[in-house]
Amino acid sequence: MATIFWKELADHLGSRRFFILSLIILVVAGTSVYLGVRGFQENPENVGEYAYLRLLTTAQSGLPSFLSFLAFFGPLLAVLLGFDAVNSEFTRGTVSRILSQPIYRDSWINGKFLAGLTTMAIVVLSITLLIFGLGLFALGFPPTGEEFGRLVLFVVVAVIYLGFWLALGILYSVLFRQTASSALGAVATWLFFTLFLYMIAGVIADQLVPIRADSTAADLLRNQNVRDFVLRFSPVALFEEATLPILVPTYRGLSLLALLTRPDVPTSPLPIGQSLLVGWPQLVGLLALTAVCFAVAYLVFMRREIRTS
Amino acid sequence: MIVEAKSLRKRYKDVWALDGLDLSVQEGEIYGLLGPNGSGKTTTILILLGLTEPTEGTVRVCGYDPVREPLAVKRVVGYLSEKVGFYEELSARENLRLITRLNGIPEREAKRRIEEALEQVGLKEVAGRPVATFSHGMRQRLGIADVLVKNPKLAILDEPTSGIDPEGAVQILDLIKRLRDEAGMTVIISSHLLYQVQRICDRVGILHRGRMVLEGTVSELTGGGEGLLAVVEGATAALRARLEGEEWTRSVEDVGDGRLRVIFEERARADFLRIVAEEGAVIAELRPRTRSLEDIYLRYFQG
Repeated sequence: MATIFWKELADHLGSRRFFILSLIILVVAGTSVYLGVRGFQENPENVGEYAYLRLLTTAQSGLPSFLSFLAFFGPLLAVLLGFDAVNSEFTRGTVSRILSQPIYRDSWINGKFLAGLTTMAIVVLSITLLIFGLGLFALGFPPTGEEFGRLVLFVVVAVIYLGFWLALGILYSVLFRQTASSALGAVATWLFFTLFLYMIAGVIADQLVPIRADSTAADLLRNQNVRDFVLRFSPVALFEEATLPILVPTYRGLSLLALLTRPDVPTSPLPIGQSLLVGWPQLVGLLALTAVCFAVAYLVFMRREIRTS
Repeated sequence: MIVEAKSLRKRYKDVWALDGLDLSVQEGEIYGLLGPNGSGKTTTILILLGLTEPTEGTVRVCGYDPVREPLAVKRVVGYLSEKVGFYEELSARENLRLITRLNGIPEREAKRRIEEALEQVGLKEVAGRPVATFSHGMRQRLGIADVLVKNPKLAILDEPTSGIDPEGAVQILDLIKRLRDEAGMTVIISSHLLYQVQRICDRVGILHRGRMVLEGTVSELTGGGEGLLAVVEGATAALRARLEGEEWTRSVEDVGDGRLRVIFEERARADFLRIVAEEGAVIAELRPRTRSLEDIYLRYFQG
């Protein structure tokens, strides 16, 4: 499996699409950090605690935060790494060549998945470290140990999240014979979960719990709950809910609205373990989704006849 | 026996691709697996390699069962698939390197084998170029190099000459023959191009609708003892009449321009030559009449 892994990893890192997408993410990350740092410089009193984590989560002058950007664009990178993993080997005719070598069939697909995962881990880790580095350069004080710990946790969760999209891409590459169909399917799924589900969730919530001028706070809260419930079918929302407590230590899994109705909830930051616990169900959900997606791809691939004609 | 298959059947959805195939190949021979498209050649090969499972029947390849020990089989069998594909952006050498790594061949040994294989298939000069720049014939030769680096006991080549110009095909076939002669490799070649296979195969088996319909050495199948065939130039009506009068003449046919095509029994060679000379005609061609494999093939598959 190691041979496959290293070959696929080299393919990924050398490929043009990887280069372009990483460049986009890098540029946006750089810009958001730059704007964030400038915001700190203009209002030095805002720096406060967890400045480094805030670099990752605050949206600046219309630009989304690095977190939402990763939630939105990261999947595209992951899906693009995976969507032609298997079917392109069929169309190129390399399947029979590789599988007639003394390797187990599953080590091939496992190697591909692991290589994709490693690629994305490298991207996420290097970009977040770069952000911290830029922050160090601009802010002039180092991140605390806790901030660093939270960053590492964040990278792990992000890799799991991107792993889901990679597994999805590989699943499509197994299900569809044509790379064009699997690419379309993958991008359609990405759009559905990142854009349409947010709209649909709003519509459903408004249908079930209509908001009128005279709606009570409880109604608003119920509307929000329905919306959140629908959204939790999306890995994007799960990712955001799982990472928010990690990157925003004061986050307790309650929306602003809920906080307004419950003034008794404290707003002090949580310790790192408790923060992790807040996002734990979502994290497990993400892991399960990734595992299911890859398992289906694996099973279909293992049963697939090699014959192409 | 290096390959032994008994009453193999293979079902794809509702089609029986193989329907009771028996196959045995001896060590050191070049065996030609012939048959029209869709007769089950590729399916047979995939089963031998353990890349697909037979629905019924038993197989042994080099003493292993491909269904239960596919890895053991793949370690000793080299395979060139019908539509062989390479990683286009990698060079020929890198493509071969991948194969040696997957086979767990130590780097130094691998390096030696790769250079040797490239030399043998004549791709040494272009080995550093990406495969994307290779012609079809070069790819096919690289495919053979791919088999060679494994140093297999048995090489299975699926349509190694398809889509290659005649000259290239002859080169490839000669290369295959040389490998058998020098390295003692057993070779199974599948093809639908009979005249090519006929040149190098020790034995052939003809597949039709998933069964072996005919098997034997090329000379057994094409068969001797079919008499002689002569083409006579400058033939007169008298010559024709005299030939037709002999009891050893089987057929006389006018092929135009005063040429006759005569088929007669071998024992009467001297008589034939004498008569032709007496009538002042010239023999343009005289050869033993054999059925070509093509005749056999057509006879089976047209009826």
